[in-house]
Amino acid sequence: MSSQIEVVFIEGLCPFQKAWTLQRERLEHVRRGTMPNALFLLEHAPVITLGRNSRDEHVLASSNELSRKGIEVVSTDRGGDVTYHGPGQMVAYPILNLRQWQKSIRWYLRSLEEVVITLLDTYGVSATREPPFTGVWARGEKVAAIGVGLRDWVTFHGLSLNVNTDLKAFELIVPCGLYGKSVTSLQKILGKSLSMADVMERFTEIFCRQFSANQPKIF
Amino acid sequence: MKVEIRLPELGEDAEEKASVSRWLVNIGDIVNTGDDLIELTTDKAAFTVPCPQNGVVVELLVEEGDEVVAGDPLCILES
Repeated sequence: MSSQIEVVFIEGLCPFQKAWTLQRERLEHVRRGTMPNALFLLEHAPVITLGRNSRDEHVLASSNELSRKGIEVVSTDRGGDVTYHGPGQMVAYPILNLRQWQKSIRWYLRSLEEVVITLLDTYGVSATREPPFTGVWARGEKVAAIGVGLRDWVTFHGLSLNVNTDLKAFELIVPCGLYGKSVTSLQKILGKSLSMADVMERFTEIFCRQFSANQPKIF
Repeated sequence: MKVEIRLPELGEDAEEKASVSRWLVNIGDIVNTGDDLIELTTDKAAFTVPCPQNGVVVELLVEEGDEVVAGDPLCILES
């Protein structure tokens, strides 16, 4: 088995369903060993997604308001609560066979956080974890959300990082079901918008370093 | 023969508790080795547990919202 990771950049605003289908197809290939692990990087068209732990009351906006704004609500097979995806937000969907690294969900979640923390550091932003919650915070506000799914130890879904996201969209929901915790973006922290291509490039480099530093176990 | 299917070790997070999110099979279903039986969630992850052998599902021993740990009986198969 190889721990190779193929990085796939998806251009434009990717509809949620399209990315979901791509992930599931890839997952089956990775599971069978017919294709290498993958990292999908993209921006979504505006969408609210529900995880397996979502409560309906965590979507604050009425269905009328959402349809007027053209925002779809999708129930998904990831862990976690409700979140928003949209333009200006970097979304990363790693399809990794964790057998090649560590069969540990906890290790995987902490590794994703580490990639984001290291990435933000390259922009001079000091970011932290807020145990027991999963995700990455900066200046007391959440900047990256994480929610994953696993099938046979192959991961799908992943993380979203607010780069230049319109943060008003998060007022439509209770992000991650956490009342009283607000959401931020790199744009808000730095006072200027960033190049998404640059963020994705740095993310890719740090991600690949993070996951190749842990050699696959050989039995 | 009736066989009790138990939750396997959750990888290296052995002490991890998981919550039953939903059953992916019904009583009476024929299942094969590797089929997804049940979906569980921990913290921010949802994952499926594959069936370790062929058989027919005759009884479900846990339900949505239950907390489970490795070794807990999940269902009974007739094989």
